[in-house]
Amino acid sequence: MPISVLPSGAKALDTFPVPSRPKGGSTGLRLSASTLSGDDITALSSAREGRWRPGLADQPLHSEIFAETRDASGAGMAMALARDALAMATQGTGQRAGQNKDPLAEQEDRRQVLWVQDRRAIQRSGRPYVHGLPPELRDRLIHVEAASPEDALFALEEGLRCRDLACVIGEIVGNPRALDFTASRRLSLTAEKHGVALWLVRLEAEADLSSARMRWRVEAAPSAASLWNAPAPGVPAWKAELFRARSHAPGKWIMSNDNGHLSAQNSNQRVRQAANTQDTGDLVRPTVGRSLAIIGRA
Amino acid sequence: MMLADARTLCPQIRTVPADPAGDIALLEKLAVWVQRWGPWSALDPPDGLLVDITAAAHLFGGEPRLLSDVDAAFVKRGLAVRAAIAPTAGAAWALSHFSAHLAPRSAPVRSILGSDEDAVGRLADLPVAALRLDNDVLTVLRRLGLKRLGDLADIATGAVDRSEAAARDALHRRFRNRKSPSANPLIRLDQILGRVPEPLLPVVPKQMPLVQRRLAEPLRHRSLLDRVVDDLAQDMARELEGRGEGARRLELGMWRVDGEVIVRRLELAAAIREAAHITRLLADKLEDIDAGFGIETVRLRTSWAESLNAVQSDVEHAAERHGTSLAACIDRLTVRLGPHAVRRPVSHASHLPERAQRWRMPLDPNPPLEAVAGFRARPLKILDKSERIAVLYASPDGYPQRFRWRGNVHDVARVEGPERIAPEWWREKSNVRLRDYYRIEDDEGRRYWIYRHGISGDGRGGRPDWFLQGLSV
Repeated sequence: MPISVLPSGAKALDTFPVPSRPKGGSTGLRLSASTLSGDDITALSSAREGRWRPGLADQPLHSEIFAETRDASGAGMAMALARDALAMATQGTGQRAGQNKDPLAEQEDRRQVLWVQDRRAIQRSGRPYVHGLPPELRDRLIHVEAASPEDALFALEEGLRCRDLACVIGEIVGNPRALDFTASRRLSLTAEKHGVALWLVRLEAEADLSSARMRWRVEAAPSAASLWNAPAPGVPAWKAELFRARSHAPGKWIMSNDNGHLSAQNSNQRVRQAANTQDTGDLVRPTVGRSLAIIGRA
Repeated sequence: MMLADARTLCPQIRTVPADPAGDIALLEKLAVWVQRWGPWSALDPPDGLLVDITAAAHLFGGEPRLLSDVDAAFVKRGLAVRAAIAPTAGAAWALSHFSAHLAPRSAPVRSILGSDEDAVGRLADLPVAALRLDNDVLTVLRRLGLKRLGDLADIATGAVDRSEAAARDALHRRFRNRKSPSANPLIRLDQILGRVPEPLLPVVPKQMPLVQRRLAEPLRHRSLLDRVVDDLAQDMARELEGRGEGARRLELGMWRVDGEVIVRRLELAAAIREAAHITRLLADKLEDIDAGFGIETVRLRTSWAESLNAVQSDVEHAAERHGTSLAACIDRLTVRLGPHAVRRPVSHASHLPERAQRWRMPLDPNPPLEAVAGFRARPLKILDKSERIAVLYASPDGYPQRFRWRGNVHDVARVEGPERIAPEWWREKSNVRLRDYYRIEDDEGRRYWIYRHGISGDGRGGRPDWFLQGLSV
């Protein structure tokens, strides 16, 4: 497909995706430096170095999320990111086909989601519970119980190779020997070859060598105030740190997932707000473990 | 009689649970097997079989020798049998069930009714129960004083004098509205005597697809075996394609030279007839085969097939070539990880959290749920077994302020509850305690789902324990 018209300037941000996704990225990959003007290159590079935000159309296909087994924040974050990416993908195809954004017109995604856990992950952090899943994933989840990390990696790779899956979520405890750089590189290549996204939750693990395109570190955060019941836990929130990403600058956010809508708040902003307003209640600790002087400098 | 009464009367009685489904399955197998004596057979549940031996008895040396052959064959298999031969199915049934009531003759002759014999005369001494009638009809006949087949036949056939003519009219009127043969003794009598046709439903055995290779030289090496299995899979794919079916279960049998048979069984998530896929899955099953002195016969059989119509392959060929289908993916996972490793959670109509979720095969259709229980907020994950937490400080009837779980102390910051879930009294014992569930968040934002098992003073145990069951997002 020859490219006739080159979008330029700020429009290039939207039309040129990061070349990690094979389908959308095919046009981007064919552009060489010679066909782009200097403005476009700067626009593209600034787009790639831009801050991550929810709802980006072009999510990388292999992400790792480091979390503890003491709570379900890792799985919850993986689920939230997956839902965000799937929603963006369906919206994107609708726009690309030239359809209007009528919610009735767009085709519902009925592909299955594969959730792979190794046995230690099941023992330590439990299995998915059908009534707690998001409603659109409730009847399209396939759960795989792998006896060992090797089996879990095999299941992940087979899942990535399957064209009928929407995405794959994995949970592996610790740093097993099988999950070395070669294994994670295999996962990245398979995911990018077949265009199936993988969110791998690493429970109680050190962030060792990996080829994941985005690496998150997640902890639970106090939830937002509940709308109807003041003492009750509200919309779930997490402290998420993006500490390694190929196409985005690292950063920290307080993420929350309200009914499928992922929102991220820069933790510095939030802390600044909290520090300015005296009435914080018991919901937000004003400093999040850092002194006010550091925040003031930041 | 109750089982307890029977045990009181006869303490050494041996009891076996009834298995009606197994009985029917055995009867179906026997129905196919008994076709050795005749071209077709029919089931007579719960315990009978009918074989049509028209013009086949001479192959066994006559009817008496055929009957003795039947007896011998069943005795050899440890089954007790009463066999009879008659011109009609009804007469054969009557003779086989009630021939003990007839005048004593030599055993095989007693249960054979020739086509030229006088059927009414031979069967006259049988009780009316030999007519295969319902119990209430038998009661009516007994009250009317009709005990033997002969009594009924006399009335039904012809009038000797005026009183018998009146009795015949009365009997006809009595059963005028009974159209079902088992409720009308007159129809049954006509069926026994061959005046009215009695259609039977023959048993047709279904041949499952089977392909095999008999090898000139015994195989001892894996590479050759793989080659043979590949050939067999291709034969099987052709065979299935011809029948318009796809395999759900495959059995690979390997006969060794020393007589051992190695069987490997393979279950598939969806009906499939792709030779390459079958070969790949079987190859995983052949890892631990001990060939011994060699394998001389390999046989592949589809013991469970489902209809699978030929479909046009995708016009966009690239989409087909790229990646695997979901069924193939699940097959590969199941073969390596075991049949129960790949499952789908489905909701089940129950309020108890651990019963409200069940696990099914991944490609089974979802069961229809009568009432979708409007659950309140539930955790994303639940533990396989609820873990006990040590509550360090709790208000008497409220939630804990601080608890210890897996060695860590959590301070409860926010709470919602209780949500009381009562035990399912129709299923469980009466001393099962209720549960009060709380959705809590600790001071660092970890969200859990905990419950108190029982309330103090409910008379079902001591102080209630606290458990942690779920981890919320």
